Amino acid sequence: MEDTAVEEAEVSGAAELAPALVAAHPLGRSVAVAVGPELRVFDLKAGSVVSLSDDSGGGSHSDAIRAISFSANGVLFASAGDDKLVKVWRTDSWCCIQTITSEKRVSTVAISNDGMYITFADKFGLIWLVTVGQSGGGQESTDNNSVSIFGHYCSIITSMKFSPDGLFIVTADRDFKIRVTLFPKKPLRGAHEIQSFCLGHTEFVSCIAFTCLSEGSSFLLSGGGDSTVRLWDYINGCLLDTCQVRDKAGELLEPNETEDNNLAIADICPTNDGSLVAVAIQSFNGIMLLACDLVAKKLSFLKVITMEKCYIPISLASSFSAGLLWTVMGASNMPNQAGSQLLTRLHIIPHFKNGILASSDHVPTVLVDSEVPHGEKLLLALQGSLDIAKQDEVLASMQAALKVSMHKMLVKKHYSEERREHRKRGRNDKKIKK
Amino acid sequence: MTRGDGTNGGGGGQQQQQQGARKLPRKRFYRARAHSNPLSDSHFPIPISPDEVDLSQHYPRYFPAGEDEGRDGDAMAPRIRFADVGCGFGGLLVGLSTLFPDTLMIGMELRDKVTEYVKERILALRASNLGKYDNISIVRTNSMKYIPNYFRKAQLSKMFFLFPDPHFKEKNHRRRVISMTLLDEYAYVMEVGGIIYTITDVEELGEWMRSCLEKHPLFEAIPEEEIKEDPVVKLLSTATEEGQKVARNGGQTFQAIFRRISLQEE
Repeated sequence: MEDTAVEEAEVSGAAELAPALVAAHPLGRSVAVAVGPELRVFDLKAGSVVSLSDDSGGGSHSDAIRAISFSANGVLFASAGDDKLVKVWRTDSWCCIQTITSEKRVSTVAISNDGMYITFADKFGLIWLVTVGQSGGGQESTDNNSVSIFGHYCSIITSMKFSPDGLFIVTADRDFKIRVTLFPKKPLRGAHEIQSFCLGHTEFVSCIAFTCLSEGSSFLLSGGGDSTVRLWDYINGCLLDTCQVRDKAGELLEPNETEDNNLAIADICPTNDGSLVAVAIQSFNGIMLLACDLVAKKLSFLKVITMEKCYIPISLASSFSAGLLWTVMGASNMPNQAGSQLLTRLHIIPHFKNGILASSDHVPTVLVDSEVPHGEKLLLALQGSLDIAKQDEVLASMQAALKVSMHKMLVKKHYSEERREHRKRGRNDKKIKK
Repeated sequence: MTRGDGTNGGGGGQQQQQQGARKLPRKRFYRARAHSNPLSDSHFPIPISPDEVDLSQHYPRYFPAGEDEGRDGDAMAPRIRFADVGCGFGGLLVGLSTLFPDTLMIGMELRDKVTEYVKERILALRASNLGKYDNISIVRTNSMKYIPNYFRKAQLSKMFFLFPDPHFKEKNHRRRVISMTLLDEYAYVMEVGGIIYTITDVEELGEWMRSCLEKHPLFEAIPEEEIKEDPVVKLLSTATEEGQKVARNGGQTFQAIFRRISLQEE
């Protein structure tokens, strides 16, 4: 009966595009790009493409990867997605040590700071936990030892992160909620004690990130469908500051582009020292930089880094040491894309730390392809092809398709009063069997 | 949440004789489906955070117009302390209102028409009993999704779940209003020492609710002697229409009453 609405959404969701993702090793050893079912990893130290191997006995990814994440110390890496597989990799050998089968498609994944547990979340709002290495190593590894530790009530989990001190696990959903949960010492029994809720977003929360002062106190940043980036005292659930990105981005875009009102935040990425935040915005061909003053607890617009017309970054990453901000654009299974290549475009912004990037007279630039570390070799490995820059049209259509799929998944449908009445009348419980 | 109450029978007639008093609403004009889908996207307004809950609309005598600005940040300002989740036609609220005349309490109900009925009922009760029933109110919301939007951490001292929808099919168990995951949120809005009351006439659901509460590390069962002395417990089965119906039919009820405790880490 009422499930028709849910099922409709599920069916249309099946044809959705998954955005490309980028993640950087915290010590700058490697960088990973996921597009569709493909995981592309480049070893920055050796300057070579990484070939992945699999010891876990589980299958490899067969559908779009929705989440990738390095562990805090960079030893482990996790990937998960629509094929309901969660794979855990060792980053020294790039060998998959564990494959976990989820009941549902996975929307986000995280590794606990001590590297002992993997948590992943599904579109029904449940957060699952598995002990690293427990179900892996043997042939019987596909058995499922995951336990559900807590949940948001029937809401897609969009992002999940552990706090820098490892005491909290923070989850964001498409219902505008951010939940801060105490991560217990024995998490297999569940994480039941909620520290706080960070409430303030008026639409879905798309991304969260921690940022900290050097002496240790940490804060939470979040971006959402309401075009805001917010700074939180997550321990008490207090909103410290809100940066309305819509107005600024609106000025930069041509009038017809802002019409569609879709300036959702796609991703955020703070610098290591917490003084800057890079923001990727849907429909905006570039990166917006916010100044983040953690002492005064203020977020303010700093500058924009404009990129080529058709390049709208969808995922951001930075490794703490190298001072590079990695940005990617790309999507899985484009409907009218001939051939097997999964299109991805990568750009790097250098000096991603406080200093010259923040100074007012510095005009930030993007590395041209020849300046990229390891040059064409890296681009070929991570983009899949070198001449993507020329395919403006494809990039543009990809961007449009991505926007639609994000909108479909996260934005609640609004029906008019008549439409609602009409839907009620068409409910199954009233239908006469043919 | 299938629940109503029938306490307005005799009392209602009496009150209607008072001249000029607002009439109690008649239930026949507020008929509604017994069930509502808790999973569907809500299209009614929801406060973004507890700070946005406008108490002056709910409790005008406690928050007179014009003063609300000053009282908003006032730590001494009264706060809602009891929540009746799935309050139905509001029988429990009316019963509790006179038992705890100085405690603010709110009913939460998903069905629009039922909410309208309770709203009218409270207004009528206030009009015909001056100085009474000012401490109860109702809000239309989906409490399974939005509890933290209404209450701060540790704000509530009592929560009620009376005769909730049983959702027999296993596929629909996630729609039950008591579950391990939802108890996390209820524990968050309840103060340590606060009491959660559940009652049902469905044995299977009664066992389910009890086992969820027993398994949950933030709740502990309240000893039988203590339950007997709690004046609220009697209301669970008598104040609501559902409870009276069960009593009329000689049915059994199953209650689980637990206390919110702080986490014991071994």
